[in-house]
Amino acid sequence: MAIIPRYLRLALPAAVLAIVFATVGRAADADKGTPFSQQQLQAKIQYCSSCHQPSGQGFLGATPIPRLAGQQPQYIKNQLHAFIDRRRVNFYMFKVAHSLNPAMLTAIADHFHALNPPPLGGGPPNLVDAGKKIFEDGVPDAKIPPCSTCHGPEAKGKGPFPRLAGQLYPYIVKTLTNFEKERGQGGPQNPDTSAIMKPIAHGLTESQIKAVAAYLSTLG
Amino acid sequence: MKRLKLTLAVVALISGSVPALAGGPRIVYAEKFADRNCGWCHGPSLQGFFKAPRLAGQTSRYLENQLLNFRSHARNDPLAKQYMWGAAANHLSLQMVHGLSVYLSRLYPKPADDGQRALAARGRAIYRGGIPEANIPACVACHGPDAQGAAAQGAGQIPRLGGLSYYYLKRRLEQWGEGYNATASRPMPDIASKLSVNEIDALASYLSFVR
Repeated sequence: MAIIPRYLRLALPAAVLAIVFATVGRAADADKGTPFSQQQLQAKIQYCSSCHQPSGQGFLGATPIPRLAGQQPQYIKNQLHAFIDRRRVNFYMFKVAHSLNPAMLTAIADHFHALNPPPLGGGPPNLVDAGKKIFEDGVPDAKIPPCSTCHGPEAKGKGPFPRLAGQLYPYIVKTLTNFEKERGQGGPQNPDTSAIMKPIAHGLTESQIKAVAAYLSTLG
Repeated sequence: MKRLKLTLAVVALISGSVPALAGGPRIVYAEKFADRNCGWCHGPSLQGFFKAPRLAGQTSRYLENQLLNFRSHARNDPLAKQYMWGAAANHLSLQMVHGLSVYLSRLYPKPADDGQRALAARGRAIYRGGIPEANIPACVACHGPDAQGAAAQGAGQIPRLGGLSYYYLKRRLEQWGEGYNATASRPMPDIASKLSVNEIDALASYLSFVR
């Protein structure tokens, strides 16, 4: 299927809307849980913060632990459901997501969305310019649309589209490199928004991934 | 020969950052210093002895940070106070702190293997999966699949835990719950103080066998 980038800009949001509407109803049902106290909520937020940091800035442990600060609440909730449904594969986040009271998800997502620390940084500065170009213009020859089309001109995300600004360099590299193995594992019966990124992540070369990750890791 | 290479590496590293101090060029022998001083408690090959932890193979950024924490008294458990506050006081130059940490991190670590075998499976499950119901995160996220710690550029000062002695691991985990070292190593005080006695026993047992 040959798609020229100009068409792709229109086709993408249409495909996205279809997928988003298909999953929203399910997510809303799953948010019913048992009532919780403010103390229980704070304990869970502290639990998240022990790895993702109280500032939500993310942390470089033995594995890169992603930034949650400023993340879109709908995206956070979608991902927590994806861990539970095994649409997204991650051993410890599966266990973590399972332990959360569904009624708490909105409060937890809103807490991290409201945080705004500076980016952790650490990406190679010499790749930033090349990454900015990919983010804003895409790679037309490889049918890669501009990232800004969905993630916004400042990479802040919107609704189901994640914020990428300030995300950890090694985390973005890992995510884009392993996209097909980690995301959208629910099979054809259980599709999600990750289907949009699959061909894009697949089409990026290693050096393009590193460049765009370096750029995003610097954005505040 | 290997020791000589190590010494040279450390000397090169140190002399690179400290070209000349007052009184002429000064060469700091981290290896000799470690053998003459640290070995009294930490064992002649720095593999740990009795209550003193193994230093060999520990991540250098962690060692450096701990030496500075002894100096600032942020690390305040009883043995730290008794021995390490003095040992890491201001007579140890910052260059020596760095040189020592790099030297020790390059030594081969031998596992202590002294935990209780029967508890290792439970310890491994906690290490890898945490205890989400009790808000205890998985150790593996920071300390790594082989409990090797994190040495990458930009990573936190995360220690290697695999193969440390059962006694040392157990005491460190208990001390946070007792209120020691509260500012020295966040987020560990929060995490460790939620662990039960049995969970600490299991974790310390498992980790003592990891190589």
